[in-house]
Amino acid sequence: MNRTTLVVLKILTWTACLWLAARLVWGAVTNNLGPDPTARIAFSTGLATLYLLTLTLAVTPLRRIWPRLGWLIKFRRLLGLFAFFYATLHMLTYVALYSGFSLAAMESDIARRRFITMGVAAYILLVPLALTSTTWAIRKLGGRNWNRLHKLVYVAVICGVIHYWWQVKTGVLKPLDITIVVAVLLLARPVINLVQRRRSRSSVPA
Amino acid sequence: MLIGKPPDIPSSEITPRGEYFSYLSRRRFLKGAAVAGAAAVGTARLAQIASPRAVFAETKLQTVPSPLTTTGEQLTTLADITHYNNFYEFGVDKGDPSKNAGVLPTRPWTVKVEGLVAKPLTFDIDALLKLRPLEDRVYRHRCVEAWSMVIPWVGYSLSEFIKECQPLSTANYVQFLSYYDRHVEKWSGESTIFWPYSEGLRMDEAMNPLTLLTFGLYGETLPNQDGAPVRVVIPWKYGFKSAKSIVTVRFAAKEPHTTWNDMAPTEYGFYSNVNPNVDHPRWSQKTERRIGLPFYEQRRTTLMFNGYADQVASLYTGMDLRKHF
Repeated sequence: MNRTTLVVLKILTWTACLWLAARLVWGAVTNNLGPDPTARIAFSTGLATLYLLTLTLAVTPLRRIWPRLGWLIKFRRLLGLFAFFYATLHMLTYVALYSGFSLAAMESDIARRRFITMGVAAYILLVPLALTSTTWAIRKLGGRNWNRLHKLVYVAVICGVIHYWWQVKTGVLKPLDITIVVAVLLLARPVINLVQRRRSRSSVPA
Repeated sequence: MLIGKPPDIPSSEITPRGEYFSYLSRRRFLKGAAVAGAAAVGTARLAQIASPRAVFAETKLQTVPSPLTTTGEQLTTLADITHYNNFYEFGVDKGDPSKNAGVLPTRPWTVKVEGLVAKPLTFDIDALLKLRPLEDRVYRHRCVEAWSMVIPWVGYSLSEFIKECQPLSTANYVQFLSYYDRHVEKWSGESTIFWPYSEGLRMDEAMNPLTLLTFGLYGETLPNQDGAPVRVVIPWKYGFKSAKSIVTVRFAAKEPHTTWNDMAPTEYGFYSNVNPNVDHPRWSQKTERRIGLPFYEQRRTTLMFNGYADQVASLYTGMDLRKHF
């Protein structure tokens, strides 16, 4: 892929990722976020976090199945950091609009509302990943340790999905689609490993 | 999104000619009235008015003022009341009922009365509309999901209807069953709820003057997505108790099963009185978000019995409301 294409794709990705935030800000300023703006902000930022995390999880399986898509790795950090950006907005919505900045309310929630406990856990897991996303950090940690640390994203996305299921009303199946996608992407890794190891073994002469 | 072949339509499903033409003229009326309705909505919602989701105007109702109306609250706009609904038979998103409930057939409509009554009855909806004077009752409406509205309903006390039903002295409870037809309400599979929707009240709760047999809002008949053509409204309980589109009223000696209690017995109790001191297992009920306000103004404290303690607290003296949530 030549440099121009890369730059263009990066600009498009930045625009796409910022688009939702811009719409939310505009909607908030013009009071055009629908009947329940608080819920709309919480829901949009939460879904954005989950979808962006899912996209980052798709990079490795795609690259391993189609090596020509190797360049996707150049977008993974961008998407991951945008996922963290929206996770932070989502968390701030909870702190400011749902809890009214009340420490007591938040403590009670985190201790007793399991979906909030799960959400906080997911967010906390993303923090070290965001902090070590820089090239400096990769170098300092070394490739192998960095990769080990960043396997935490699997735990974070599972916590995020459970957080979604525990938030909706019992019997509502809305989180099912994203759950299936995440499950496929997580299972893709060991499956691809297995398939590719068998293939390389069978191609070795006896 | 599922794209499939539509099923072959049997000839029994063909709309009779007369019905079709009254449907057409009703649509024409609605289109014209929708323009008038849209203009009447506040200018704060300019963008929504410009959208294709016009506010539906229904039939105007003759109403009288009521001493039981709630004062001192800002009304939620008709646009919000008709576009932010939980009516899962028509889809689980808040915007789905306004998109899909058009298929609900509100005429002809009857309400069957059965169970522990002098004799089983069937009321035609138009007879119910004339049974008693229709009152304007503004009520706060608090959803268990912690959002709330203030809605100008139209109806008369359920107690007046119950008198007509002549329940036996052994009837301790009333059950409401909502309309259900899986061929019409094609979205009912989006949740794992067993239909039809069932709700119920203790007899004294049903006889409380606040409990409203409801036929309209904002002076006009109920839009489909708000539970047309007749529903019940119990303002001191969480909104899911206020069953919509009622087809059967059954009097019983024992507490009837209710849909949300069936789904999650630890989360939705039979009583479900609005109570900031008893949290839902998965979220707090101490505060609520008032619909229609800017995001920084929505949050407010939830009131015991949704602010109707004076009229209803006596129903529960001596009851442990944490146990009977």
